Amino acid sequence: MRFTRVLGAAALLLGLAVSPAAADSSPSASPSDDGGAPTEAGTAFRTATEIEQGQRATANGSAGDYLYWSFPADAGQRPTVKATVRLPGTHAAETWRIDVYDGLRRRQACQYGAQSRTAAAGTSSVELACVLRTVRAWSEPWAYDPLPGTYYIRLTAVNLPTSDLGVPVSAEVRVASKDAGGAAAVDGSLAEPLVPGVAMNSGADEEDSERGAVLSAIEPDDGWSSGWWSDRWVWTGIGGVLAALAGIGGYALTRGAGRPGRVPPGV
Amino acid sequence: MITRTRLAAGACALLAALTAGIAFPAGATAGEPTGEDAPKVNLVLDVSGSMRTRDIDGGTRMAAAKQAFNEVLDATPEEVRLGIRTLGADYPGDDRETGCKDTAQLYPVGPLDRTEAKTAVATLAPTGWTPIGPALLQAADDLDGGDGSKRIVLISDGEDTCAPLDPCEVAREIAAKGIGLTIDTLGLVPNAKMRQQLSCIAEATGGTYTSVEHTDELTDKVNQLVDRAADPVVTPVATEGADACAEAPTLKSGLYTDREEFGRQRWYRVDVEPGQELRASVSVGADRAVNPSYGVLLRAVTVHGREIVRGEAAGNGRTDVLSTGLRYPKAESDEEDAPAETVCLQVTNSFSVAAGVKTTPGLPVELTVDVVDGPSDAGDVASFGLGRGWWLLGALILAGFLAGLLWGWLSRWRFAVWRTN
Repeated sequence: MRFTRVLGAAALLLGLAVSPAAADSSPSASPSDDGGAPTEAGTAFRTATEIEQGQRATANGSAGDYLYWSFPADAGQRPTVKATVRLPGTHAAETWRIDVYDGLRRRQACQYGAQSRTAAAGTSSVELACVLRTVRAWSEPWAYDPLPGTYYIRLTAVNLPTSDLGVPVSAEVRVASKDAGGAAAVDGSLAEPLVPGVAMNSGADEEDSERGAVLSAIEPDDGWSSGWWSDRWVWTGIGGVLAALAGIGGYALTRGAGRPGRVPPGV
Repeated sequence: MITRTRLAAGACALLAALTAGIAFPAGATAGEPTGEDAPKVNLVLDVSGSMRTRDIDGGTRMAAAKQAFNEVLDATPEEVRLGIRTLGADYPGDDRETGCKDTAQLYPVGPLDRTEAKTAVATLAPTGWTPIGPALLQAADDLDGGDGSKRIVLISDGEDTCAPLDPCEVAREIAAKGIGLTIDTLGLVPNAKMRQQLSCIAEATGGTYTSVEHTDELTDKVNQLVDRAADPVVTPVATEGADACAEAPTLKSGLYTDREEFGRQRWYRVDVEPGQELRASVSVGADRAVNPSYGVLLRAVTVHGREIVRGEAAGNGRTDVLSTGLRYPKAESDEEDAPAETVCLQVTNSFSVAAGVKTTPGLPVELTVDVVDGPSDAGDVASFGLGRGWWLLGALILAGFLAGLLWGWLSRWRFAVWRTN
């Protein structure tokens, strides 16, 4: 009996120690170095420059350009897009804005962050941010929930005086995400992530892939999550073990010392 | 755990790739580059009289352009087919009609001989008018043929002097005619009117406009644009949607372009097998000055007219495109050989223009269609019905404890009954 109790206590302690750690250990985007970060931006959805999460992508353009980047976001991540636009020395007041679109080119709402900001005349830079909703593994087709796949960033000046049209500017974007872990784990998953052209890419052979002309070849560092794993397994499993231990504890309380060991046979 | 996830993901991806490979043989997909897909760039240089002005880094505009061209010709990637066209290079007279026809091909679009091209550029001297419209038309003809991306880079120091042919409308017509042709414009020491005209030309084709004040800016920008042309891009396939679903063209997975006039609708059909998911997205480009509020609606409708799902987008202010998309997973069927369902896609827009702006050709429409395997379904809000969090643990412990207590009491009671007997 004592052995059981010790074992139970040990398992309980172990469970308590492990559960929060396990809950937060799901894979997250690790910031990579900026060595290979892109220095160009696309000018349309079709030509969007692919960046990874954690990369600091830069681009030179002209005021009035529509600059596009794309990045992968997987289930359970809550991406934050940050952009900095460096403006030339003299300019009038102009409004800059970032928009984020999902793999179906549907505009995604920003929960918070300065999605659009007006740079007063003469300011040297303007900073924008957009915190998306947490990406879910599955949602109904009628919903606009963010789903795993490609995300597009569009950076542009929405309000520009003619005198500033075409003036050279430089931009910098960075995407980082916070991992929501199992709290955002839902049942179900998409058969394929929302990557545009995925039906064409998988149909093409290996030898075609080196041409590089695909709509989006984006993938997270460690691949798309398969959707079956979440830390809910750990929580529920530990819950089951703890419940069993509590059951043993309750049983031991009520049953007392149990049937005396020295009860003679046949009583 | 992560390794296992990755393994499972890999296996899934392999399986998906295999099944998709069977479902869509490579030949049936649209938008793949084929054969003659070398990117083509045509540099169109203004050699009008005003290029003599000395206001770029102390030298003439012409000198700056020549220096930039020399550097660009050195840096042009091997695979790019580069050509040079001039406007206003030959006719110095005052006759407007002749002056407005003055555009010539200085170096033909083809494999680049750097020395020859540089020699040709060196001969240029600022001369005549600024016939931007006719030069663009000819430049587009120079780029004819081939499936690769096509780009015109227009470098000018003045607005068009050959009205009434509006270069903006010319650009729009060129874009409507050809597939994947982009016009980028660079204005040398621009004034307000020129900025407007050149950026209007650029926006008509999805290109960019840049103001240039220094030689190195010019070199960097032209280099950037030539490099951009060399980037491999999926070329869309031209299609023409119908006014009703019955006559609509049937599309497979791929990238398509079309034109849609203001207030009109376009219909397309897509066949979706049971167990497949249709993904469609549409972008309607604003290639001219549109009124500030606009919208795009994409509907998936059955052949009988019942709406399945829709994607809608609305916006206001300055924009290049407005896009939306939808997803329609078709459930697995119990029957063997269940027929594919024809889904009609309807694209409508609520863009409008001010009076006086030409409404033809219509707005550019880009349509992406993906039919992927395996619809997704879910039976529970939570992942596999599992729970998480301290409340769950508390509830389970309490339940376990109560069960233990109960079991203990039961067993005690049973023991007592057994002992009394």
